Amino acid sequence: MTKALLFSPVLIPYFTATLCFVCHKMKRTQRVLVVSGALLHLAAAIALFVQVRGHGIIAHTAGDWSAPFGITLVADLLSAIMVLVSSIIFSATVVYALFSIGEEEEHFFYYPLMHTLILGISWAFLTGDLFNMYVSFEVMLISSFILLGLRGGRFQMEGSMKYFLVNLLSSIFFLTGLGILYGYAGTLNMADLSVKLATADPRVVTLISMIFFVAFGIKSALFPVFSWLPAAYHTPPAATSAIFAGLLTKVGVYALIRSYTLIFVAEVEFTHQIIVVIACLTMLTGVLGAYSQSDFRRILSFHIISQIGYMIWGLGMFTQLALAGSIFYLFHHIIVKSNLFFISGIVQNLHGSYKLDRLGYLFRNKLVLSMLFFIPAFSLAGFPPLSGFFAKFLLVKAGVDSGAYWAVIIALFVGLMTALSMTKIWGGAFLKLRNHPVEGHEPPGGAKGMMVSVAILATITVLIGIFSGPMFSLAYDAATQILDRSVYITAVLGGGA
Amino acid sequence: MESLIVIVVGVLYMTGIYLLLNRSILKIVLGISIISQGVNLMIFASAGMARFNSPIIGANEKVLDLANAVDPLPQALILTAIVISFGFLAYAIALLIKVRNTADTDDVDEVRFAE
Repeated sequence: MTKALLFSPVLIPYFTATLCFVCHKMKRTQRVLVVSGALLHLAAAIALFVQVRGHGIIAHTAGDWSAPFGITLVADLLSAIMVLVSSIIFSATVVYALFSIGEEEEHFFYYPLMHTLILGISWAFLTGDLFNMYVSFEVMLISSFILLGLRGGRFQMEGSMKYFLVNLLSSIFFLTGLGILYGYAGTLNMADLSVKLATADPRVVTLISMIFFVAFGIKSALFPVFSWLPAAYHTPPAATSAIFAGLLTKVGVYALIRSYTLIFVAEVEFTHQIIVVIACLTMLTGVLGAYSQSDFRRILSFHIISQIGYMIWGLGMFTQLALAGSIFYLFHHIIVKSNLFFISGIVQNLHGSYKLDRLGYLFRNKLVLSMLFFIPAFSLAGFPPLSGFFAKFLLVKAGVDSGAYWAVIIALFVGLMTALSMTKIWGGAFLKLRNHPVEGHEPPGGAKGMMVSVAILATITVLIGIFSGPMFSLAYDAATQILDRSVYITAVLGGGA
Repeated sequence: MESLIVIVVGVLYMTGIYLLLNRSILKIVLGISIISQGVNLMIFASAGMARFNSPIIGANEKVLDLANAVDPLPQALILTAIVISFGFLAYAIALLIKVRNTADTDDVDEVRFAE
């Protein structure tokens, strides 16, 4: 039973995607399939989460091989949270896409590709084997490449070219690291690696870990290898960039958290210090980049980078509270960020542009939309009592406890700058009473339907803020679990190991 | 044998990185595909290079002769990696043609509309 539960978040999108590929010409059937596939995935993710929360880590190997040899899938609390949150975003995106995606994209396999994308993402969160993580990254990447370039215009081509080349390079780093790691340790099962590397030469482990740091760092857009992200994320349709913004970089962050708590812990004071420094630089460059932009989606894209910095900072401090803060930040951020991209899509639908100087009057004409923007935007900026405040509070508290005051000062400054650039969008697109409207733009309709996803995600943000106590204890339990490696290892390798 | 493979891997990486530093998209794509060959060779070498037997239990044996058998897993890994890099190469070439057609250039620095 638990085995079916564990494999279903991977298998459901696989079968849905296959069916969609088969009947992509039958529009209505495809739409029914897509929505039911997404809802099934959500149900499976909720069931998995409830199971893991209630009964601890689930681990199974495909084909009943014993653990270090077979392909292992593991769901601990962190994985289960990530699968659940990505499933929420996925369902919201599918509903949003039904109202916003053009006929042409729908014809060229938009929906099946969304399902292969979520297949790769869920697989990356659940796998217990580094090589499988590589394969799932590739599944996710190839889907995202095609989704990004689907519209085929000049902007999309430019964005997808940059995105493609840089991410391919990161895959090569990943594969190089895998080769060296296998040659050194003779295994790629993460639990097994954790056991074997514990007795290995720490200098070699640190060396290998740095190769993985570059690979995952490119994936999660850390300083100084982030430039592919703002070059690409503002080019595809809003539904696509929302799911990219919410989930793709977070898979990289998840991989960093997983590998740097489970596998590469030989020289924590050295490697995690590097992570802290990189995190602060990432926060700063991201937020300064955002402040200099004047395009709705480009501001948001740069903000992804600075927010990634916060999550990695929590990992770098490597205390229970800091990791809990990172995990809290992860699920808060995914929901808020996707929601902001959704809203940018609605604004574009209404006004025909993402440029702030072409927008205005939204607060006067679209009060509900403005209120719905207000919630995620100021949650991102960290205003109490919204979810972002508690996420930032946990990290800053952990930073003060660890005594790294310079990092705390940077984090607070970045929070202030985030608020400033959110105010820039708020002022530029919503409050302002003058603009240069796009000539002859007729709203294509569908904005009301798109609002459904926005409203659901905004409600979740508010709920995370209200129930921050239970949410915090959830994140804290997840952090406790990933810090206590023996629980994970026992769950995967069995009691004998 | 191992040192020879190591040198070949190094040369492949070197050539690939040299091509990556170019501004022509075609050369970058070629560079990436050459490096991925280097990676495959490196994974292959990580199993250990010697005149081993294939890891098959013979007709008269009960267990695998571990001292003389090669580790088959890296070859399975390479097979997967080759398939993936082949798919990516195909996509890269298609993308390259499309970029050339829409932007009318092969120079990464000149492809600059969205930023």
